[in-house]
Amino acid sequence: MSRIVRTTVEIEGRMSDELALVDGKDLPGWTGETTIVGARTPRVDGAQRVTGRARYTHDLQLPGMLHARFLRSPHARARVDRVDASRALTAPGVRAVLHRFNAPKAAFRGEETIFRAEVRFVGDEVAAVCADTAEAADAALRLIEVDYEVLPHVVDLEDAIAEGAPRLEEKGNVSVSGSHSRGDAKRALEQAAIVVDRTYRTSTQLHNSLETHGAVAHWDGERLTVWESTQHVFGVRQGLQAALALPYSKLRVICDYMGGGFGSKGGIGKYTIVAALFARMTGAPVRCVLTREEENLAAGNRSATLQRVRVGWKRGRISGLEHLSWSNSGQGRWVADPTGPTNTLYDVKDLSTKSYRVVTNAGALSAFRAPGYLEGTFALECALDELADRAGVDPLELRRKHHARTDGVMKVRYTQKRLLECYDIGAEAIGWSKRKPGGTRGSTPQRRRGMGMASQIWFGGGGPPAYATVHLNPDGTAVVRSGTQEIGTGTRTILAQICAEELGVRVGDVRVEIGDTDAPYGPISAGSLTAASVGPAVRLAAADAREQLLGAASGLMEVRKTELRVEGGKIVSKGARKPIKEIFDELQNYTVIGKGSRHPNPAKVSLNTFGAHFVLLEVDTGTGEIFIEKIVAVHDIGRIVNPMTAASQVEGGVIQALGFALTEERVLDRRSGRVLNADLEEYKVPTVRDVPPIVVRFTDVPDTKANNLGVKGLGEPPIIPTAAAIANAIANATGARVRTTPMTPRRVLAALAERER
Amino acid sequence: MPDRPSGPTGAFAGPGPADVALEVNGRPVALRVPPHRTLLDALREDLGLTGTKKVCDEGTCGACTVLVDGRAIYSCMTLAHSCAGRQVETVEGLGRDGTLHPVQQAFIDHDAFQCGFCTPGQVMSIVGLLRENDAPTAEEVTRAVTGNLCRCGAYPNIVAAGVAAAKKQR
Repeated sequence: MSRIVRTTVEIEGRMSDELALVDGKDLPGWTGETTIVGARTPRVDGAQRVTGRARYTHDLQLPGMLHARFLRSPHARARVDRVDASRALTAPGVRAVLHRFNAPKAAFRGEETIFRAEVRFVGDEVAAVCADTAEAADAALRLIEVDYEVLPHVVDLEDAIAEGAPRLEEKGNVSVSGSHSRGDAKRALEQAAIVVDRTYRTSTQLHNSLETHGAVAHWDGERLTVWESTQHVFGVRQGLQAALALPYSKLRVICDYMGGGFGSKGGIGKYTIVAALFARMTGAPVRCVLTREEENLAAGNRSATLQRVRVGWKRGRISGLEHLSWSNSGQGRWVADPTGPTNTLYDVKDLSTKSYRVVTNAGALSAFRAPGYLEGTFALECALDELADRAGVDPLELRRKHHARTDGVMKVRYTQKRLLECYDIGAEAIGWSKRKPGGTRGSTPQRRRGMGMASQIWFGGGGPPAYATVHLNPDGTAVVRSGTQEIGTGTRTILAQICAEELGVRVGDVRVEIGDTDAPYGPISAGSLTAASVGPAVRLAAADAREQLLGAASGLMEVRKTELRVEGGKIVSKGARKPIKEIFDELQNYTVIGKGSRHPNPAKVSLNTFGAHFVLLEVDTGTGEIFIEKIVAVHDIGRIVNPMTAASQVEGGVIQALGFALTEERVLDRRSGRVLNADLEEYKVPTVRDVPPIVVRFTDVPDTKANNLGVKGLGEPPIIPTAAAIANAIANATGARVRTTPMTPRRVLAALAERER
Repeated sequence: MPDRPSGPTGAFAGPGPADVALEVNGRPVALRVPPHRTLLDALREDLGLTGTKKVCDEGTCGACTVLVDGRAIYSCMTLAHSCAGRQVETVEGLGRDGTLHPVQQAFIDHDAFQCGFCTPGQVMSIVGLLRENDAPTAEEVTRAVTGNLCRCGAYPNIVAAGVAAAKKQR
């Protein structure tokens, strides 16, 4: 029986109350030892990936496929007064050109059309060409004539806030995007014995997923099928429905393998709409994928931030905390909230936070792995260390002392919070007891050695709606179907494990079919919510299939159902083991279909993940270089389904955080608004050389209140605290405080010079 | 790679499409492509070998790494015509009769990939290394994949897989 439940839905830190449809009753958590869940399990899709047979959107080659390419604005802000495509249309191989004067209306992110009358960043879409080959399309782009009326622009966050900046929106460039207060932070700070008042800056980080954004669209006369490199097939379908006004029955979106998203592939893009429009116009399949440069202009980024933290100290405690944050959202319509961690991470009575969205003439932000939380944690956790220094207390002790037992915003308890245990494990593994205030001597006379740490809080509890079916075949193999996606985190593998555990078959006998809107609904693969949202639904679907199978077996074997179980692909009763196949042999060529839905989260509790990272490093005080010797990452995410892929997830998060902390920075030319490093040469993502030893540990205790698996998400937690822990270790080693990311040698040297002044 | 005339006649090719004969994964291949066609585009688009990935298309990421005459190269920086008469090996050519190459198997065993988009390039870089050095140290494996970016950050496992594959292969 289906019923409607009201549930609080959280995606990337944004909460909303929603209704969801659920089916039947939920299961209690596993009580005994699990044998498949919790075991190191190599990825079920590994062979496809290592052989190059995995088919990504980029790899799709359909018969008669055409290619679409964009003409993009060279100006940061301009009116498009005239577009003349007549020469382009006569170029060899060109099929069609779309631009603001001839394109049909297509709703996209609150606008009516994808080609704006006023282009608002360098890289904004001006026109699109469809041609027989990508090369022909590229050549035709150069034949399109455009008259621009250039308008005043502003691209830099601080320039856009300043008096006299060009006004980009009617209400101004700055708008409040979030706030929270409790107690009286203002008075508490006035009365504090010590006040640390510091400004921190984080730079724009580019996702640089190796597979760029892109789609292939095919209209067969009745139905539009779109293959897209996406984290949300149902989101793309919804976007297409809005843009093209087609009924859902005529839309199918598929994403089999995809080459990274990190938050940036949460929905439809203009490339999707353009591919679809051209596919309908021409009747041929159309491929539209971005180049690396386009990816770094127009496919999203992590907002640069400017943050001010004031934290007061009185009678041995944090007495007040204020956090203000401004984020450069570019042309984005929302902004992530960097003050989230400040609101909840510590037990502080008098607190006030406010965050602002700032619009500029730069590409729109998009979610980037723990959006806001990484930036905010950098500021908060640095400020806390600066306070600990001034107050003369151990920074880890300071954090233990302010451990928050309840959620300070929601005023409710956590389902599970083992952060103190994370501190213990991490301190032991890094050798925190050897940390000295002021650091120690390094391995050369010019080097100093230090330790730092930082905490993290994130969401990851997941929730409805999420559905799955389990199809049990006559030979005892099973297929899991759900409209979720595999974005590289190992979703296929953990869903196979969960199904195998509950159904009683081997992992190798389970095939996971995901990434298709023809399957039961699955949520966006973001917000660290997949394991905790889709996993419990798969378990219920497997249980349903097993119960149906046992019902049939009971009749055929003439044994009471309660005396039967499934184990290793066999029906087991007191004296007998019968392969599942033999049960089916007595039935027809038949498939048992089990259904499962994610049930609501418990009310009046907060579901969060916690963790702490510890860093040991040396700083070369002559060159400003940082040499990380070890990073220890400890996380509390409930039950670990697959220790192997979980460890990989943490390592990957830490490594991506190293980029944010040390090397990654989009450089925009203020005068022209151009991105100067929209490539992988000058935009420095970490290489294999940049990776220190990383120690990964988990508390690994099922969160039994969370869901029927006791799991929470892990995609985002490991990127959050690394940068702050590094900054704190640099300060410990040298006494120099780097308050801007990335902490390049130049910035480290500047901080060292400031210290000496 | 040294300059050499290409095409079946040994003459310089171009400016239009011209014939080029090479060997891909042990099979002779005849292509008719313009002189500026990269080996990467020829593999992916003319031969349908999409295991080799295009990520930067300018020699900065290593996703397009293949072997030419046994050496790992960036196929986006190599012209198809410059491979006339040469042996090209791609990820599709590894492993025989349905069994995986030891490097491929080691990548699975060590969870040396996440999204997998860089994986064919990483695998080919290590296969190229093992052709020259059958007992590489972790440092030598690291050096071999220094030009292969992995945005998911599977690096520690990639190095572990390379070292393990070499041990297994010996």
